[in-house]
Amino acid sequence: MNIQTPVNEVRELHFDRFSSSDSLAKAAEQARKRNYQDFLIVDVDSHHYESESYAEVFKYIESPVLRRSFMESASRGGRSSMLGGSVGYQDISGRITRHWLRKHEKVEGTSHRDIVTTKRWMDAMGVDYACLFPTPMLFLGTHPQVEIEVALSRAYNRWLCEQILAEEPRIVSMLYLPFNDPEATYQMVKDFGDKKGVVGFMVTAPRYKPVHDNAYMKTYALLEEIGKPISFHAAYNWNDQSLTLLNRFISVHALGFMWFNMVHMTNWVVNGIPERFPKLKVMWIESGLTWAYSLMQRLDHSYLMRTSDCPSLKRKPSEYMREMYFSSQPMEMPEDPSILEATFKMINAETQLVWSSDYPHWDFDLPGVIYDLPFLNEQSKRNILGGNAAKLFGLDPTPVKNIPGASPK
Amino acid sequence: MTEIFVVKAAEFGEGDRRIVRTGEKEIGVFHHEGAYYAYANQCVHSGGPACEGVMIHKVLDVIGADRTYQGQVFSDEMHFVCPWHGYEYELKTGVCAGDRSLRLKKYEVVRRGDDIFVIA
Ligand code: FES
Repeated sequence: MNIQTPVNEVRELHFDRFSSSDSLAKAAEQARKRNYQDFLIVDVDSHHYESESYAEVFKYIESPVLRRSFMESASRGGRSSMLGGSVGYQDISGRITRHWLRKHEKVEGTSHRDIVTTKRWMDAMGVDYACLFPTPMLFLGTHPQVEIEVALSRAYNRWLCEQILAEEPRIVSMLYLPFNDPEATYQMVKDFGDKKGVVGFMVTAPRYKPVHDNAYMKTYALLEEIGKPISFHAAYNWNDQSLTLLNRFISVHALGFMWFNMVHMTNWVVNGIPERFPKLKVMWIESGLTWAYSLMQRLDHSYLMRTSDCPSLKRKPSEYMREMYFSSQPMEMPEDPSILEATFKMINAETQLVWSSDYPHWDFDLPGVIYDLPFLNEQSKRNILGGNAAKLFGLDPTPVKNIPGASPK
Repeated sequence: MTEIFVVKAAEFGEGDRRIVRTGEKEIGVFHHEGAYYAYANQCVHSGGPACEGVMIHKVLDVIGADRTYQGQVFSDEMHFVCPWHGYEYELKTGVCAGDRSLRLKKYEVVRRGDDIFVIA
């Protein structure tokens, strides 16, 4: 046996400092080993914590009355405020350390903190472009005051466009639609549809207005006309009457993140929205994949018996669904890969599946969830990891990332 | 096999940890209740830094004699948690709490005088 003193490297752990790059050093190692620098990777669903920038965002609230209310309520932390929180211990009671360590991350230079930290994790994972979404605002659709949803989403979108998207070409977004107000929703697309970095629009799924309401048709027509996708981003509402039966976050997460998208998808298809807007591109975000596999079969099973319930349809429900886009995370990983392979076949993954990380949330995925699959060829992997999204969003397919330690292209 | 110097025992207090890198390999070395443990710092899930998260006791449901639920408690068994997504591992064995067929590679730790070594 050799005795070797000293060793290559010994380090201590510190729970009072944080760096996105260091915490993802092993992701960068994976990226280098798999040669991600050679091809495009687009993350269609990632997040920042917009609440950390509320002081900046609130300045963009158009109504002076509401602006004052927001600013005043933000100054008394810990007491009830203009914005509700959502019950949910996503960080597994502190076990996901980045959630509480991230406040220690040091950022130098003049770029916005969110740009710097986002690019750090993107480079570590091997991501070229990231579609950035808010975090607490995912629950804004259940706010009891419609005008608050409108005011905050307009302020946030303006702030995001001016402070983040205009400044950093590798960050794009599908902007929040204040769906509880159909007129304001339409106006949002009108006002922001051509802004730099806006690659589509996003509806947060927990909400109680059905997507087939006639009031939304002009928005769908406008989105179809400008060629930008509408997406439905899953989240939960633990106060939803059915979900109040659940007593643990694991349960609310497992069901809640599928539930609202299953409802919206069912309404979307059964009411023939794809027939009315055949060129409108639709994406379903953060519900994983098994729900689509299941819902396609459920709807198809009843369809031929009940065509009178959905006379707008000219094909089976699954055929419309197979033309939509699905973000991959959180990608269920059955032990038997043939089960996953069947799901990929069902949703036409080669052209319709778009990889997403959901970083920095607790159940984020790395590109390896796609790249390491045994049943995909290299081209299919590249389509799912970036090619499909690049086509959908109109992005240049040339890689622009900078993986730490990788030799430059 | 190589004995790799980790740290002086005097500098490695109760609850301390060190991450040792040797070539491509990373090993987490733990000091807990007078004993030393070492495991591959490579999570069985997505390859995250399994040894770099919080240490926390295993959580138990308390089920009464009448099989009713009586709340939750921490047991005596110590776990460490992969910080990426929360996979928990038993500190004494490296076995993954959620699937006992999975485990981190274990390494032997030896103390010679005041020096702690890991055998890799
Ligand atoms: S990589 Fe360790 S829990 Fe996912």
